[in-house]
Amino acid sequence: MSGSTAARSRVTLSNAVVRFAGDSGDGMQLAGDQFTSQSAIAGNDLATLPDFPAEIRAPAGTLAGVSSFQLHFSDQDIHTPGDAPDVLVAMNPAALMKHFGALKPGGTLIVNVDAFSDRNLQKAGYESNPLEDDSLTDYQVHEVRITDLTLRALEGHVERGELNKKEAERCKNMLALGLVSWMFHRPIAETEEWLTTKFAKVPEVADANITALRAGRNYGETTEAFTYTYEVKPAKLAPGRYRNITGNQALAYGLVAAAERAGLELFYGSYPITPASDILHELAKLKHYGVATFQAEDEIAAIGSVIGAAFGGSLAVTASSGPGIALKTEAMGLAMVMELPLIVVNVQRGGPSTGLPTKTEQSDLLQVLHGRNGEAPIPTVAASSPSDCFHAAIEAARIALTYRTPVVLLSDGYLANSAEPWLLPDVADLPDLSTSFAFTTEPNGPDGGFLPYLRDERTLARPWALPGTAGLEHRIGGLEKEDGSGHISYEPENHHAMTELRHERMQRIADQLPALEVDDPSGEAEVLLLGWGSTEGPIRAACHQLRERGTPVARVHLHHLNPLPNEVDELLRSYDTVICPENNMGQLSMLLRARTLVDVRPYTRVTGQPFSAAELVDAVDAAITEGAR
Amino acid sequence: MTTNEGKLTKKDFTSDREVRWCPGCGDYAILATVQTLLADVGARPEKTVFVSGIGCSSRFPYYMDTYGIHSIHGRAPAVATGLAIARPDLDVWVITGDGDGLSIGGNHLMHALRRNVNLNILLFNNEIYGLTKGQYSPTSPLGSMHKSTPMGSLDRPVNPVALALGAEATFVARSIDTDRQHLTGVLEAAYRHRGTSFVEIYQNCNVFNDGAFIALKDPKQKDDNQIRLVEGEPITFGPEGERAVIAEDDGSMSFVDTADAGERIVVHDPHRREPTTAFALSRLSHNPTGPTPIGIFRDVDQPVYDDLLRTQVEDARAAKGPGDLGALLASGNVWDVH
Repeated sequence: MSGSTAARSRVTLSNAVVRFAGDSGDGMQLAGDQFTSQSAIAGNDLATLPDFPAEIRAPAGTLAGVSSFQLHFSDQDIHTPGDAPDVLVAMNPAALMKHFGALKPGGTLIVNVDAFSDRNLQKAGYESNPLEDDSLTDYQVHEVRITDLTLRALEGHVERGELNKKEAERCKNMLALGLVSWMFHRPIAETEEWLTTKFAKVPEVADANITALRAGRNYGETTEAFTYTYEVKPAKLAPGRYRNITGNQALAYGLVAAAERAGLELFYGSYPITPASDILHELAKLKHYGVATFQAEDEIAAIGSVIGAAFGGSLAVTASSGPGIALKTEAMGLAMVMELPLIVVNVQRGGPSTGLPTKTEQSDLLQVLHGRNGEAPIPTVAASSPSDCFHAAIEAARIALTYRTPVVLLSDGYLANSAEPWLLPDVADLPDLSTSFAFTTEPNGPDGGFLPYLRDERTLARPWALPGTAGLEHRIGGLEKEDGSGHISYEPENHHAMTELRHERMQRIADQLPALEVDDPSGEAEVLLLGWGSTEGPIRAACHQLRERGTPVARVHLHHLNPLPNEVDELLRSYDTVICPENNMGQLSMLLRARTLVDVRPYTRVTGQPFSAAELVDAVDAAITEGAR
Repeated sequence: MTTNEGKLTKKDFTSDREVRWCPGCGDYAILATVQTLLADVGARPEKTVFVSGIGCSSRFPYYMDTYGIHSIHGRAPAVATGLAIARPDLDVWVITGDGDGLSIGGNHLMHALRRNVNLNILLFNNEIYGLTKGQYSPTSPLGSMHKSTPMGSLDRPVNPVALALGAEATFVARSIDTDRQHLTGVLEAAYRHRGTSFVEIYQNCNVFNDGAFIALKDPKQKDDNQIRLVEGEPITFGPEGERAVIAEDDGSMSFVDTADAGERIVVHDPHRREPTTAFALSRLSHNPTGPTPIGIFRDVDQPVYDDLLRTQVEDARAAKGPGDLGALLASGNVWDVH
């Protein structure tokens, strides 16, 4: 927290980072979500980082079961969920053990002292109670009896038999939220409204939660333990209408928007997998938009169904994460040689194998680019922020429809679950995808026949002729085809020519991409930070910090990974040092080095967490120091 | 290609591609039967799609002058499901084989059957892998000696009809490649059934597994071994109908002389809601080397997946009105910055 002391004990800050941590069953995600909404309504710019275990309910009180939610909110334009929290709410010893190390020096710690039993301390691995030894002396520690306060606030509810003691205790996340809301001068009316709606069918539960929420706020107000409260003023955001949105939600909306702007029905076939399932959940709610969702029996069936739906004329989409993409590999090759427009979303998670299902990583780049048998290039688009998932989905649809090809859309666990304020686009301004294709309705052959592989000269797209159209009956599949007729062909020269055509189509896409935007305000930078996907936030934040400090640095972010933009060669050669931060072991760096022969330096970490801005600043500093030597 | 209206002929469903199955392959007979049937029942080539996987039988779509997808090994039911959901106006056929449909694609077959998507699935069963040149398949009899099993196969074969009934497929039938009349009747019923129709077709591979179905095809043996299922008729077989199928107390079925069958003789009713009786019938023969039922085992009407899915879309529209994209984006908590 950085800011100045205002009148009385209210401190005005430019930004703050708050982390809620507790057991998986403690409702930390929910408390975090609500605090996010409050901050959004207060007009802050914000970014969130939910972090939860893969186990649905790991044993209570253990480190494995700790779930956390971090929110960074600011009166400035921000790009990351924040490096280190200013305020940590720890609902039990395990949460303290796991997250204490991240807390900023001198930061504020709110602990639920009721959970600090010998047994819980032992489960968390504490040899002595940190609240009783001197390990927390450098921090502002607030020992709050969160469980007890909750139970006392709800005594009446329990006496009236509206809920039992266990259910009452479950409201303690709202008590903690009420307290933090008070600390930051957040009105809680919206949260009360939300609780009323969420528990409309069980009004006594809504009432209990609201009571606990108010009790938390009142506790802050009446106790004298809290010397300071904090205020973060609204950010100067561009004018317009905003909402909070997560990456998965934005991606689902982007698909609906793309289908509507293309005048097609959306077919979504997928198999549940973390962290992609929420896209299916979102779309399943949107049937009135003409969306058909199909939960397939497995990953292969999911993409199989999508190939069938694309052949039938739908905007067809499947989504998965790395392990599921591995299963879809053969079918992706089929879609590629059938030259059907469809989208394969990969919400990347930690790998290899089952890996880290709930954590983020960018290590499937080479998998989606090269993980198929044969020469099978597939265009690949990557989203760079939660709200960018919306636009990336539309861009993936544009390429798929224009060039008649499957397109991979890369997201990741961080984008999927994180939220940010989103300036709502005007629907009329969204790209008109209906002009990017036309169903073929007339024979195109010399003798009134139909040639399913006769290509458009500009895009090399083949005709999209739908079943039901008389005169255009044709059969296509995975065997190599003669160009034009689409008949099976084993001719040596034809295979070489078809392979070249499929690569040439990628070049056509590159030739028609929008120009790369290079962020180099001083024009004096010698270091270029080049990123892709969800690293955009930390890279922007790092550049901001470096420039504030007087270090010029340039930044470019790739939204198209295949084909790469044509300018990339010249751009990389125009900087002395190119650093490519990636949450993998240097996959894009390798591709760029191979293509441009520029000595791109990878900066790589795979911790399951997004980069912090600070580590990227350090990476740039190290590169500059090394260069000066 | 067909653009003319009115009565079509077999020729209208025949593509210009040279058929490349081995001379003498049972697939030729099935192809001719399907082409003729589609013309006779008034199907339209442009409204018909054949989807196949990989294997000899899966070349079938190339020879039909309809729409077609030659997909990847085992996945045809999945591809066809997506197409049938997206396009309820089409007749979607799946052509698969014993290896394609029951081995690598067993999972998709089972789920297509239980979902009751509007598909016609024809499984050409030749009890052998033909395209990979003669390995045993999931339907090869126990102890089959082929290239990959020189000392005999060790795994018990799948009974495709029993498997389909176990998945509660709503239409399950069996026929024989060269019995044109019988095959036509079964396929026409499959075509008219709404929901998933599953037809196992015994198909001779004269190169790698010749004579696998000789008991049902040889003029000297077939009357003894073909148990022809006819709706409403007592199930009897043999040249004079002298053998009968009876129900045992434990729910299974067995053969007796018709003269001794009495009231225990089974009268065939494919429309029973419970698949139990049909399943017992399917267990009468594990391999077609002796008396084997052919015909329609089960034919019941049940809700069709793609109809249900469309109904949900319509219900959602009726309840919420057609989706408004602007409203969707602005759903939830919004705030204005001035």
